[in-house]
Amino acid sequence: MISLSLKRLTVHFDQFLLVVLTLTLLVALFILYSASGQSMERMTAQAVNILVALAVLWVFANIPPHHLQRAALPLYVLGILLLVGVLLFGDVSKGARRWLNLGVMRIQPSELMKIATPMMLAWYFAKREATLRFSDHIVGALMLALPVGLIVKQPDLGTALLIGASGFYVLFLAGLSWRLLVGLSVAAGAMIPLVWPLLHDYQRRRVEILFDPSQDPLGAGYHTIQATIALGSGGLAGKGWLNGTQSQLDFLPERHTDFIFAVFGEEFGLVGNLLLLLLFSSIIARGLVIAANAQTMFTRLLAGSITLTFFTYAFVNMGMVSGILPVVGVPLPLISYGGTSLVTLMIGFGILMSIQTHKKLVTS
Amino acid sequence: MPPNSELRNPLREQHYFKLRLVAAGLVVLVCFGILAARFFYLQWVRYEHYQTLAENNRISLVPIVPNRGLILDRNGVVLAHNFFVYTLEITPSRVKNLEETINALKELVEVSPSDLKRFKRLRDESHNFESVPLRSHLSDEEAARFAVNRYRFPGVEIRSRLFRHYPQGTSSSHLVGYIGRINDADQNGLEKSGDLSNYKGTDHIGKAGLEQYYEHQLHGVTGFQQVEVDADGHAVRVLSSTAPVPGDNLVLSIDSKLQTIAEQAFGERRGAMVALDPASGEVLAYVSRPGFDPNLFVDGIDPENWKALNESLDKPLINRPLRGTYPPGSTFKPFVAMAGLAAGEREPPFSISDPGFYMLPGSSHQYRDWKPGGHGRVDIQHAITVSCDTFFYGLARDLGIERLAGFVSHFGFGKKTGIDMDGELSGLLPTPQWKSKRWKQPWYPGETLITGIGQGYTLVTPMQLAQATAVLANNGVAMKPRLVSTIQKDMGGTGQPIEPQTLDRVQLKPEHVELVKQGMMDVTRPGGTAASVGAGAPYDIAAKTGTAQVVGIKQGQKYNEHAIDERHRDHALFIAYAPAEAPRIALAVIVENGGHGGSAAGPIARQVMDYYLLGKEPPPPDIPKAAASEAAQTQTEPEPHD
Repeated sequence: MISLSLKRLTVHFDQFLLVVLTLTLLVALFILYSASGQSMERMTAQAVNILVALAVLWVFANIPPHHLQRAALPLYVLGILLLVGVLLFGDVSKGARRWLNLGVMRIQPSELMKIATPMMLAWYFAKREATLRFSDHIVGALMLALPVGLIVKQPDLGTALLIGASGFYVLFLAGLSWRLLVGLSVAAGAMIPLVWPLLHDYQRRRVEILFDPSQDPLGAGYHTIQATIALGSGGLAGKGWLNGTQSQLDFLPERHTDFIFAVFGEEFGLVGNLLLLLLFSSIIARGLVIAANAQTMFTRLLAGSITLTFFTYAFVNMGMVSGILPVVGVPLPLISYGGTSLVTLMIGFGILMSIQTHKKLVTS
Repeated sequence: MPPNSELRNPLREQHYFKLRLVAAGLVVLVCFGILAARFFYLQWVRYEHYQTLAENNRISLVPIVPNRGLILDRNGVVLAHNFFVYTLEITPSRVKNLEETINALKELVEVSPSDLKRFKRLRDESHNFESVPLRSHLSDEEAARFAVNRYRFPGVEIRSRLFRHYPQGTSSSHLVGYIGRINDADQNGLEKSGDLSNYKGTDHIGKAGLEQYYEHQLHGVTGFQQVEVDADGHAVRVLSSTAPVPGDNLVLSIDSKLQTIAEQAFGERRGAMVALDPASGEVLAYVSRPGFDPNLFVDGIDPENWKALNESLDKPLINRPLRGTYPPGSTFKPFVAMAGLAAGEREPPFSISDPGFYMLPGSSHQYRDWKPGGHGRVDIQHAITVSCDTFFYGLARDLGIERLAGFVSHFGFGKKTGIDMDGELSGLLPTPQWKSKRWKQPWYPGETLITGIGQGYTLVTPMQLAQATAVLANNGVAMKPRLVSTIQKDMGGTGQPIEPQTLDRVQLKPEHVELVKQGMMDVTRPGGTAASVGAGAPYDIAAKTGTAQVVGIKQGQKYNEHAIDERHRDHALFIAYAPAEAPRIALAVIVENGGHGGSAAGPIARQVMDYYLLGKEPPPPDIPKAAASEAAQTQTEPEPHD
């Protein structure tokens, strides 16, 4: 009886994905304990976040994909309206207008759009599946530009980048022409020497510091320099859990959020970093397999986009911490402290699981 | 893309999709490969390098704030300097319970409610890991008491910070200006100019006057100290340091004694005075009355003082020499005369017989002279001396507004003088184009007439008026006015004097200049409108008086009748330069609601010139002003009221 109902409860879990995710989240708790200066309080808070996120994962794993497909358009429209609301009436915190106060609760509509935008684009391409032509890609690009533009205005470049990426992946997987892709990148590259002389001195300097932080060691470059020292001094096997000197002293700012990977790399070394890459790769590989096996245009595109967006998160964060990408505010997925982004990620994985498990029910 | 066809092959579609997935997978692999390579490089190849860095990196980089440059007058009198005070500061991220900590601190040092308010505000504005001052100006005793108990307060520290002080107080307010705490707007400005990292550790920035204009030079370059810290973040040992470069000292051309004499001559009256060296453009005195104490602003002004300053009818916060605009009145006439002569109008022996009014052809409206019955026969030189309105009505009409405005603009009217201070206003030199743009109305001939005697739309700042006087004194050569004469590097070491800069050369014929100058010299001689000002002076003074009508007062303000009357009075203006044959000082004085230029503003100018040229100090100010000015009035002829 018990085992039967348990089976019914877990039938929509993808076992492989669930195991890897749980493993990663456990690692996250350990590293958070160290990064927060051994704060039990913070660890407990994140443990609660994880439990909530897992519950959300279960809920979304149980929602059949065609329900999601129907919800795509209303969710997208709602999200856009909320974003406009933020722009007009939003609360300002740390210089950015991201929150909307609804009286009972404060919400961050850009989080909703992380899911709603790829859903909308996948819905649109699925609808146009039979008669897909080039103009549909233009329409798709416009649907993407709207939320991205609104979020850039907040300003929240990190989130705008992720949403932009999620939408771009849908366009790409839906068959955006290679020639156009290459052409656009070449054109963008060619623009740089043309635009550069038009910039103000201070604008140029900002861009230079973005790419070479050592030019401003006390300002914008401080994070990157400290993070690179933390990583590099970790060596092959790391300094050991709770023993990172960089991390335990106050050198690393934001070390439990955006820069948590520096703590990880210092304490667990190259071996730890490669293992973490392996964990992430397994999640991505599984996601791509789910996308490849998905049966409808909507589920294919959505699964592909969710997976590749997860990859973007990880790559951008690790790249910026290790000093090969400019610093933008993107957390390390599943590892960084914070409930909101974790829940959003788990919604994504719930959708992946739903796509995988509901398909089986249909075909067998 | 597959060729467009109405019906698509689902299998082929899926195949394409899978190809795309494979491509994406490859990108993922490449990117993760790059990351792995980067980790390998950092953690294997460069391990030793970073390990050494990390060892050293029990180091924290502490900014060393440079000493802000001093501001000195031409004789080395200090107008702005720095001194050290102890501040009690808290780093919120290192404190477990902020409220408890503050309560415990209250037992050791006095913390007032306004200190707490300021602390809360500053805390909201700064990051958690930044140190925020709770109390400043700790006494030695308080500092010692805290030092003994320091072990109880992790995250609380005593720092010694430099504070700015203005020893001249009220006298330097508008000239020197003041610094204040860096706010969001300043922060954005610094970010834009790329100076933000140079302001790590700096709390204050120039907000007004020279402190604002020369912020870049005064601030200096922030130095850094690499400090080894213990786990609590307390400095244990200094490992290396890059010394800060102190800010440059500013040596002004101002003579603060001259400044004080002028201020005392103003007494309680409102107004402004600017004195220049016509040959170099150096500003010798820069007076704005009433002033305020700039020291109030340094650490954030309290609401009561702010309210008092901001709501005072005397408007002490207005920087009058640059931002007060007044009709020039008859002080405009010498420049109109120059315009006329340059245009070939009114050259001697031309003269008029003044009936006491002027009428435009075909109109019966009489434009009155200030002197009923008129001045009799006047040529251009005498017209200046007696301030004959009738003469200038006719001249303005014959010149026309365009030629008039076009010529006098060379003396600096209607545009900024370019002095080294922010916020200068350009006044107003009206033209028909301006009027149609501003008021959508045509220019009337009568408006040209009253422009000729300095009334109507024309507005000047005291700075412009002084500059125009200096240009005239300097025979048409306009020097750029400046307050700072030398910028000293290295805390008073070598100084680089700023070279005088020529702005403009007005084309004037020497014989024309001579006519106007003679007319102005006669102003301070018996028969002139300011004969009393020149009485007994061992040097010749060329001058012009002026009176500007006050348009009215704002409605609905409550003050007593006496005050209303006082504020209804005309503004008194006076321009002068001396010695007339070889000018060393040129000045403009404006006394708001002072009445007549000769009697109200003239004596101020005389005292300033006496001190500057002769070193003669005026009698101590306790002699009643009223008596002195009454005495002056009794000597003079009837006051011009133009």
